[in-house]
Amino acid sequence: MSPLDEATAAAAPAQPANTDGYNFAYLDEQTKRMIRRALLKAVAIPGYQVPFGSREMPLPYGWGTGGIQVTASIIGPDDVLKVIDQGADDTTNAVSIRRFFRRTAGVPTTERTEDATVIQTRHRVPEVPLQAGQILVYQVPTPEPLRWLEPRETETRKMHALQEYGAMHVSLYEDIARHGVIAKSYNYPVCVNGRYIMAPSPIPKFDNPKMDRSPALQLFGAGRERRIYAVPPHTPVKSLDFEDHPFTVQSWEESCALCGATDSFLDEMIVDDQGKRLFVCSDSNYCERRREPAGGEGAL
Amino acid sequence: MSEQPILQVSGLSHRFGRRIAVADVDFQLWPGEVLGIVGESGAGKTTLLRCLSGQLAPTDGRVAYGDRLGDMVDVYALSEAGRRMLLRTDWGIVHQNAADGLRMGVSAGGNIGERLMAVGDRHYGNIRGHAVDWLRRVEMDIGRIDDLPTTFSGGMQQRLQIARNLVTGPRLVFMDEPTGSLDVSVQARLLDLLRRLVAGFRLAAVVVTHDLHVVRLLAHRLMVMQGGYVVESGLTDQVLDDPQHAYTQLLVSSVL
Amino acid sequence: MYVALKGGEQAIDNAHGWLAEARRGDPSVPEISPAQIAGQLSHATDRAMAEGSLYDPELAALAIKQARGDLIEAIFLLRAYRTTLPRFGFSAPVDTSRMTLERRISATFKDIPGGQILGPTFDYTHRLLDFEGAAPQPAKQAEEGLSDTMPRVLELLDAEGLIEPPGRSAGGEIGDVTRESLEFPARRDVRLQCLARGDEGFLLALGYSTQRGYGSNHPFAGEIRVGEVTVEFEPPELGFAIELGDIRVTECELVNQFAGSATEPAQFTRGYGLVFGHGERKAMSMALVDRAMRTEELGEAVTAPAQDQEFVLSHCDNVQATGFVEHLKLPHYIDFQSELQLVRGLRRAAQSASTAVIKEAAE
Repeated sequence: MSPLDEATAAAAPAQPANTDGYNFAYLDEQTKRMIRRALLKAVAIPGYQVPFGSREMPLPYGWGTGGIQVTASIIGPDDVLKVIDQGADDTTNAVSIRRFFRRTAGVPTTERTEDATVIQTRHRVPEVPLQAGQILVYQVPTPEPLRWLEPRETETRKMHALQEYGAMHVSLYEDIARHGVIAKSYNYPVCVNGRYIMAPSPIPKFDNPKMDRSPALQLFGAGRERRIYAVPPHTPVKSLDFEDHPFTVQSWEESCALCGATDSFLDEMIVDDQGKRLFVCSDSNYCERRREPAGGEGAL
Repeated sequence: MSEQPILQVSGLSHRFGRRIAVADVDFQLWPGEVLGIVGESGAGKTTLLRCLSGQLAPTDGRVAYGDRLGDMVDVYALSEAGRRMLLRTDWGIVHQNAADGLRMGVSAGGNIGERLMAVGDRHYGNIRGHAVDWLRRVEMDIGRIDDLPTTFSGGMQQRLQIARNLVTGPRLVFMDEPTGSLDVSVQARLLDLLRRLVAGFRLAAVVVTHDLHVVRLLAHRLMVMQGGYVVESGLTDQVLDDPQHAYTQLLVSSVL
Repeated sequence: MYVALKGGEQAIDNAHGWLAEARRGDPSVPEISPAQIAGQLSHATDRAMAEGSLYDPELAALAIKQARGDLIEAIFLLRAYRTTLPRFGFSAPVDTSRMTLERRISATFKDIPGGQILGPTFDYTHRLLDFEGAAPQPAKQAEEGLSDTMPRVLELLDAEGLIEPPGRSAGGEIGDVTRESLEFPARRDVRLQCLARGDEGFLLALGYSTQRGYGSNHPFAGEIRVGEVTVEFEPPELGFAIELGDIRVTECELVNQFAGSATEPAQFTRGYGLVFGHGERKAMSMALVDRAMRTEELGEAVTAPAQDQEFVLSHCDNVQATGFVEHLKLPHYIDFQSELQLVRGLRRAAQSASTAVIKEAAE
């Protein structure tokens, strides 16, 4: 398309691709433009929280409105969307969000990680390594990693601007002094591109290494707190630690009861009244694919 | 070693609305020198201290700090980032109320180690080792390194505050009534510690107090303030033994 | 053999089906209509409009019906709908001096020009449940109509210089919390917007706290007005204002005490509240909290929660609040699993440490 055609197409109101008379992906084009500007700024300053005019959405605050607004602003009719919650495609909130986009955007959806161009996630990073060209959109409840040390926004803003992160390390020191280890198992703070300390969202620390130098674009949306941030592809993301107490990830003695994986994050299930436990891959698609007959496509 | 003043203050004044809090203060402070500022409550001592320590921009005058490289830096021409950096490295502040100068929810070791972590120390063992050293230097039981300051006595909290400030080797320390809220006997021991530390680390210090015993013990020089003005200044012993100004005479004579 | 759970989609559909049935209730009982809700439960629709930030009594009634009477759920519906509406400009500020008054009272003077007009108030009712439900009698008409020009009580004080002048936005700028991110410190126009759409219960409690000593500011109810005002809009093509319609609002102006400083002589200060519909409790609470949040600006120390701007404004939006509180119902088992592992590890480490000590002691 010529630049003029592109500009005209962008300015024209999009045809509703659905039943309710809403714009494509629900948000109006002005709002999408506003969010994209915030995303560009976020990508230009990796790990920095960009304020944005978060809109009231038809899903409740705290239930993924930030992630939904980011996805709605970047998704197009040629995209393929995957939505997961706790690593699974079939958890109720993932179902609800996927329905929302099917209803307001009509985009094709998939459960296969490799086939998705946009993956919206709550609390997990897929086990299958992401590729260049894929976008991972994280749902973030509390974007400010220093919030537990300092409730005031006016103060945390200064701390980031002046790179005053001493208090963050003090809290890690206290963990080691009290427990012998750093006692953060999820939403484990990271340093992005050697500059900003960032909250990766409540993913288990098991997933932190996947964020480091990923070929995919990682976007973070916090709707209620009105912040957007980003980690561009191939950006260093380092989990905070001490030289003599280095960062480690969780591991299990058990393997997945369904597919036998020993390298994935496992969900613990209580299967009977005696409290018998089973461990199963949290990433449902990863587990299914491993159980497919070799060389076959497998059912979705 | 070329000697620069560590603090150079000229024409320092501060007003709150129409009320004069500090008027026309001039002095120089040299490395290793302790200056006492005395006067009753409301004399302007605390306001002056806040202006000197970069926390309150004066309505008039200039505060210049002689840094490690030998340059005189206008404190209020620095960015906020620059001032906050000074407060974490070259300078220290000891508050009258330990709760203002400590993180009460953080262990003693964490409190002492914070400045080290703020300037990039990432080795837990090292940080802890420094904390232990400093607990010893301020004569505290090293077994209490993991205890919260809320479990310490007032005197111990002050010692912890001192350790927290001195761990990054500051050259200039501001103290506001450092023994103000302590028992007389505890005060004496703390003053003794301060005297040894100041002399041992060749610290420059500005000590604000209403208590003449404190300045007698700690300060080389003295400034007497009344109603925002410096009414008398000079060597501590001279001023206290032979006060010239009526107000100073009153102060000295009312000490038991 | 454990089989992975499927069927989330079907479960949701079934849940929605049951919800629809529960919403209808007993089919032998007549279905409630939005018109009944708007007409006979108007305080409910007023609150939904005020906190939904959308003036449309019929829509508010529909939202309340769809929400089965849960007002915060209804407010959520209205907010979500509002997001989709195109915006074509800003009206002129409504002139509450030209209000068609239904109710107008002042606690600061026994009598005021224009009189104390009680209006349809609960204030002097005895709160006795009425089991009989007597057929309503038409109310008596007054002999004279109300004066067209009812002077504002606070303007009378202003004429004497006894009260600070009304606030003005610096540079005429007006923020929009529905479009921009809320930043701290917030200007007064932005603070008032947040309060206007803030939760009535939260603001009521905060206002109450100021009266009990948590940042008291000696309030008097200078004037409370309820009535209809005209909304005017000036289309750029016309160059003059046209009337879009009338809306009912409640306005509360508080008079608060303030001691003079070196630069300001002694003057009363103001607290202001304005809401859609008839909502005195909300307007008064809003005015109390508005005044409390001006503490720093008026040279006083911030000591109480109602005076803490960041605290008040971060927590007064009930749609945000309910979203985050209720999000705890969402699955959190991944993070819980991480914590379980951590705690198990710490306990194992502690146990082996104490076993080692016991062994040493035994040796």
